[in-house]
Amino acid sequence: MTTDRAHLEGEFFMSGDEACAEGAISAGCRFFAGYPITPATEIAERMSDRLPEVGGTYIQMEDELASMAAVLGASWGGVKAMTATSGPGFSLMMENIGLGLMMETPCVVANVQRAGPSTGLPTLVAQGDMMQARWGSHGHYSIIALSPSSPQEVYDHAIKAFNLSERFRLPVLVMTDGAVGHMYEKVVIQPRDKVHIVPRRKPKVPPGEYRPYEPDADLVPPMANSGEGYRFHVTGLTHDERGYPAMDAEAQDKLIRRLVEKVEKYSEEIIEMEEDGIDGAGVVICAYGITARVSLIAMERARSEGISVGMLRLVTVWPFPQKRIAEIARQVKAFVVPEINYGQISLEVERSAGGAAKTILVPHMGGAVHDPQVILEAIRQAAK
Amino acid sequence: MSELAVNSEKTRENHPLGEYLRTDRFPHIWCSGCGLGIVLSAFIRSLLNCGLALDKVAVVSGIGCTGRAAGYLKLDSFHTTHGRAIPFATGLKLANPELEVIVFSGDGDLAAIGGNHLIHAGRRNIDMTVLCVNNFTYGMTGGQFGPTTPSAARSTTSRAGNVENPFNMVGLAAASGAIYVARWTTAQVRQLERSTTEALQRKGFSFVEIISPCPTYYGRMNRQPTGLDQMRYYRANTVVKHFASPHEVGVALGGQIVTGKFIDTERPYLPHPQEGHDGA
Ligand SMILES: Cc1ncc(C[n+]2csc(CCOP(=O)(O)OP(=O)(O)O)c2C)c(N)n1
Ligand code: SF4
Ligand SMILES: [Mg+2]
Repeated sequence: MTTDRAHLEGEFFMSGDEACAEGAISAGCRFFAGYPITPATEIAERMSDRLPEVGGTYIQMEDELASMAAVLGASWGGVKAMTATSGPGFSLMMENIGLGLMMETPCVVANVQRAGPSTGLPTLVAQGDMMQARWGSHGHYSIIALSPSSPQEVYDHAIKAFNLSERFRLPVLVMTDGAVGHMYEKVVIQPRDKVHIVPRRKPKVPPGEYRPYEPDADLVPPMANSGEGYRFHVTGLTHDERGYPAMDAEAQDKLIRRLVEKVEKYSEEIIEMEEDGIDGAGVVICAYGITARVSLIAMERARSEGISVGMLRLVTVWPFPQKRIAEIARQVKAFVVPEINYGQISLEVERSAGGAAKTILVPHMGGAVHDPQVILEAIRQAAK
Repeated sequence: MSELAVNSEKTRENHPLGEYLRTDRFPHIWCSGCGLGIVLSAFIRSLLNCGLALDKVAVVSGIGCTGRAAGYLKLDSFHTTHGRAIPFATGLKLANPELEVIVFSGDGDLAAIGGNHLIHAGRRNIDMTVLCVNNFTYGMTGGQFGPTTPSAARSTTSRAGNVENPFNMVGLAAASGAIYVARWTTAQVRQLERSTTEALQRKGFSFVEIISPCPTYYGRMNRQPTGLDQMRYYRANTVVKHFASPHEVGVALGGQIVTGKFIDTERPYLPHPQEGHDGA
């Protein structure tokens, strides 16, 4: 164990929410704006304790509209910034997540999902916001969303999310859930020099020549922070490379194409997944978050019955690993997709499979995780 | 070249404050007779009066005709979402306390959709200056009534007269905890400039309301069809009462406009002064 408060190296017994805060701090996050909401509140609580220790700022805003706006402002102030919430707050953040996408503002939003719609089941697990994560703000865009299934992974994903947000200049979503958020497990924090941190990409030209939205070859523009002398203008309106409003279809086409392509072109670099026994399997479970863990039990039972079943665990959910799913679809009979909603990611699996394999949804309306037996039943059906 | 283009070319070269404006964006979108140009130049002169390092000045606007102000300033400037300029500015200021942060936005942006943020920023006494341009209407969307529209005033959604009661913005800011509260009209440019200078120099949440013509909508629908008509009305009906109670200076249709500096005080603010920042 070290005494470095900015990076708590060692082994810990932590909840997913606490791990989220620690991962953020290891990643260099020094600003948190939030509004309390179960089951995400522990992230705010931990941040309120920890940020002052490392010279950071915790501010409790008046609502989630303000929280998201403050996070964007802080990021432009040159500080890595995040917020954490759950369904109702996530809904309120949507407009400013869009502003973050349009202004290309690196930041992280953790959504510890609970069952909805509306106030729903405040303390109980769900995975019902997966499509909201993809499309919740208006307009067309690409987004990056991760789905951790353990406190350790929440810690790792918090760092990964900050790195991706700086690399691609956009808000990155950590789509955890009430079960993972409140679960206590061992979390290992590696020594600081083993943790890869992506710094902000700074302009290489003097202020007079800086165009805030002139992209590098990889479609991502370098970013000046406020106060560095660049005197830039940025807006949520459609804009040109100078950052000036440009109110026509041509400018819209140029900008939105780039915002989408800067993510989609690098989807192979972004997408992470875990595979287990897919080669030669007749059935593949495609699952994410807490449901992937529950599915392991079903998979073991199925295997002990002699069914050849594999697992594709989505670590990154957006962008969606459609290429890999299409490949697998050509080799298997069916995908079994358990998720704590009435069919969201299963739609993407079905679309990606393109009819080459069946997709069997195993829905759960939320409030609890699946009974593995229900997933097993679906595997048996799929294997027939 | 059109007359407009020729004029904007000249403005680019000759505007006395051209150095601080994005003249490459001229002509601007504001209507002739609009008060926003007056407010913008008064603001720039106030900034210059303060002798602030302009590289450390950031202007944040919401959405509306007033919200376009940020985009015309050759400073770090942010055109954010409707109502969220104050929380965006809060994040910016807390992340970099060296910045002088100004919110420049409209009455609808700050008092309707952003009203909650306004009162909480006052409560926190976050160190920023808010310039609230009150034209008594939602100009950008075509002149609907808003939270400052006087009772009985006509608008495109209250053609028979507004049946609601308006907010008195300076009373609201004062009640929320602002340490500096003033109101001026665009017909009081010197006072406005001096007051904005003071507001910028204060540590804490400073609020300046600027009553400003919107001839295109508010004026036209309320028997003052030109900017000049509205300015004449201000001239004839404005009184200055420094330190009058901000709670007793509401603006009624056809009534007197009480202007002045109503509050100038001190109390603990955010971000807390730290070594290396405010030196306190
Ligand atoms: C969330 C949202 N709702 C509505 C609008 C439409 N809208 C744009 S500006 C505006 C009113 C602006 O009024 P005000 O702040 O008084 O500015 P003004 O145009 O009068 O200067 C409205 C309603 C919007 N942009 N965003
Ligand atoms: S609509 Fe009104 S507020 Fe907007 S630019 Fe025109 S005159 Fe000014
Ligand atoms: Mg207005």
